[in-house]
Amino acid sequence: MSEHVVDTGRRKMLTVSASVVGALGAAVAVVPFVSTMSPSARALASGAPVEVDVSKLEPGQKIQVEWRRKPVWIVRRSEEMVSLLNSTEERVRDPNSDELAQQPEFARNQERSLRPEVLVLVGICTHLGCSPTFRPELAPADLGPDWVGGFYCPCHGSSFDMAGRVYKNVPANKNLEVPPYKFLSDNVLVVGELDEGAA
Amino acid sequence: MTNKVGGIIGWVDSRLPVIEFWEAHLSKYYAPKNFNFWYFFGSLALLILVLQIVTGIFLTMHYKPDAELAFASVEYIMRDVNWGWLVRYMHSTGASAFFIVIYLHMLRGLMYGSFKQPRELIWLFGMMIYMCLMAEAFMGYLLPWGQMSYWGAQVIVNLFGTIPVIGDDLALWIRGDFVVSDATLNRFFALHVIAVPIVLLGLVVAHIAALHTVGSNNPDGVEIKKNKDADGVPLDGIPFHPYYTVKDIVGTVVFLFIFALVVFFAPEMGGYFLEHANFEPANPLATPEHIAPVWYFTPFYTVLRAIPNPFWGVVAMGAAVFILFLLPWIDKNVVKSIRYRSALYKVNLFVFLIAFVWLGYYGVQAVTPTASQMALRLSELYFLFFAVLAIYSTRRSAGYYIMWFIIFVGLITLYDVFRNNPEIAELTWKTWIIPVAYLFVTLIGAAFTNLDQDKPVPERVTS
Amino acid sequence: MKNICKLICVVALVSSSSGWAAGGGPLFEMHVDVHHQKSLQRGAKTFVNYCLSCHSASFSRYNRVAADLGISEKNMRENMMFTGRKFGDTMTVALTVDQGKEWFGAPPPDLSVKARSRGANWIYSYLKSFYIDESAIRGVNNLQFPGTSMPHVLWEYQGLQKLAAKDDHHDAHDDGHGNSHASPFEIEVPGKLTPKGYDAMIVDLVNFLVYMGEPAQLKRQGIGVAVLFFLAFLGVFVYFMKRDYWKDIH
Repeated sequence: MSEHVVDTGRRKMLTVSASVVGALGAAVAVVPFVSTMSPSARALASGAPVEVDVSKLEPGQKIQVEWRRKPVWIVRRSEEMVSLLNSTEERVRDPNSDELAQQPEFARNQERSLRPEVLVLVGICTHLGCSPTFRPELAPADLGPDWVGGFYCPCHGSSFDMAGRVYKNVPANKNLEVPPYKFLSDNVLVVGELDEGAA
Repeated sequence: MTNKVGGIIGWVDSRLPVIEFWEAHLSKYYAPKNFNFWYFFGSLALLILVLQIVTGIFLTMHYKPDAELAFASVEYIMRDVNWGWLVRYMHSTGASAFFIVIYLHMLRGLMYGSFKQPRELIWLFGMMIYMCLMAEAFMGYLLPWGQMSYWGAQVIVNLFGTIPVIGDDLALWIRGDFVVSDATLNRFFALHVIAVPIVLLGLVVAHIAALHTVGSNNPDGVEIKKNKDADGVPLDGIPFHPYYTVKDIVGTVVFLFIFALVVFFAPEMGGYFLEHANFEPANPLATPEHIAPVWYFTPFYTVLRAIPNPFWGVVAMGAAVFILFLLPWIDKNVVKSIRYRSALYKVNLFVFLIAFVWLGYYGVQAVTPTASQMALRLSELYFLFFAVLAIYSTRRSAGYYIMWFIIFVGLITLYDVFRNNPEIAELTWKTWIIPVAYLFVTLIGAAFTNLDQDKPVPERVTS
Repeated sequence: MKNICKLICVVALVSSSSGWAAGGGPLFEMHVDVHHQKSLQRGAKTFVNYCLSCHSASFSRYNRVAADLGISEKNMRENMMFTGRKFGDTMTVALTVDQGKEWFGAPPPDLSVKARSRGANWIYSYLKSFYIDESAIRGVNNLQFPGTSMPHVLWEYQGLQKLAAKDDHHDAHDDGHGNSHASPFEIEVPGKLTPKGYDAMIVDLVNFLVYMGEPAQLKRQGIGVAVLFFLAFLGVFVYFMKRDYWKDIH
């Protein structure tokens, strides 16, 4: 345009600094838009902890509740069921619950539960997400003489013992997930919340 | 020269002419160097379009176009969705901001004659964009499914019902039901979210392509392409990039500052951007006491109400919009910029502006006898602007002006006599003076003074 | 600069008036302060104890109210929620639309956004404008909303008032700033609270309703200030950048 001398250093400095500040603002402005896609208060509320009364649950019986739109099973195990867990110890892939993501810390025992008689599991097969069936009976015809009660997934034949531990040589390779839960009283438990301090 | 570019850009450029595009529209698109404040609004309109599309996409993820769920889903966005309130306020404020910017952009066109030869097509595309925006805003306003959404839509759709013969069937077809209902909401949603935006984007491309073909006008109304240097570069032109990009960025930041003021501190804008009654869910059985359209429609709404006969009211309203399309052929004066136009043109444009804003004011007020008389007079002024412009945009003899003065005053008086209602006779004849005084100044003034004399236009742009 | 001023003027002009429809009686004015947390807490308590038995606030969640108003979950659960409700639930009522119609003639409206549609002053005036009217079904009528089907739920606190005898300065209330001295009412049966005490109770309640109309408003302005500061900061940079480039143009 003219013979006027341009201080290119200064111009570059101004352009770069304006661009950096502008880009920063744009980046921050993206945050609200992205977070609209995270779970809303409604989704969080419907995924809130669920209270379950287990007083009417008979030994050997299973009930299902919904937590975060996933099926959660609560089984009252008989003493026999608990004692049979010794017999599966050698046949399961991860007897000591070393896969940490599959249960809260408190459930890394043989029963994988707070109380031996009450089992709480997320009812989704760790293979491909089917929901396994509850097979508490001993040695049924279709599952063979070695079956001592547990969960069997009809989709691809994965099987789990009465503590949700996965057997060796089945498609699934992780134990069934134990959700966080705690007892409010002798008969009422809350799925979705850990006892404070026990986390 | 451009063939030497290597790397990724070179690879792409040999397959898609990105560099040519960049040069044609930015780095070697020469814009007049004397753009002023009024020239920010084109780029701002584009900015708002992008804002509306982006916020709209995120709103669509949570909104439910269902009469049972729509109102609640908007409140769900306002409360339960993370930052949903911000996205929604940006969208609702953006709608009003869009019209503010577009009205200022159109006023710029009027002031500097940007619609004139050779830019008629730009103006036509611009007017079509404006029409699309009105449709877009109208249909979008139904979506919150509040009382104003509902009754506003009911009233506007019924306007189509005033058309003789086909009217009722047409209104029924638009609604898809006997009243505005779920079916209407659902189709307005589809049109608002997909159909009109696609048309809008296409028109914006056409508007800008046409602009870049003939080049930008400027506050002096001088064609910069008439004065080129040896390389064919306009002497008064500067590359759009970087000069106008950096300038428009300043305008953008100032705009965003004002925009943020509204979004964060006055999102309802005292009931003008978000009407209070619209926080009441739609109820087909109870009309709100006072139905007012959103502010950007009110000037035309007042024109509609100024004429008692519903059909002719609709015709007048349609004409008020449509006449703007004809502007390039109404104003034949070769002088483009208001800087060099006659004193009378300045008066004329100023009166037009006042009339437009005042019409808008009456649109949000309840109807009183005075208001409806004034609405009629202001509507007359609105249309007379174009009539007077057509008459003196080329200089004529004194007799010609006087003839048209008599014709117009005669027509207005005739209409007043014809519609005369003894109850408001006094009001009628008091306000009769308004258009007559206006015509006297603009036409008789042109006949007997030099006030219709344009000034000489300079060869080159000033400053 | 001058041009920017013009633009601001346009914006200011547009925002200068409001379009609320006024009711029948005198519109009393109150000062809304949604940042007064104690007031909101008291208002919330009145709301759940007296309004929420018939009116829902179905867009408002208990946990959000607790978090916004600084109420602990324990306090909320024990004092402000019916048993069986979950902390994340919305404030719905057991009353069905049909029951509402049967008992009140019209279903009690949802109050989530009432403060936005009616305006704070209207609700404030409404709650102060119940008066004894033998001809009304419930024995009380409302000057702000004649023929209202809502009983005077808070009468224990306000007492019962009747219309004052028409005297010379009866028209004192239509200046739009009607205060207690220009009140068209006089107390017939005193309530548990003094007029001042009742007034404070209503102010708290309306404050809460205004908050509930738009919970985001508590933090909206704070974020706005940060955004404006950022834009001003960015504005300095882009302005100097523009000025430097435009040194080329003569």
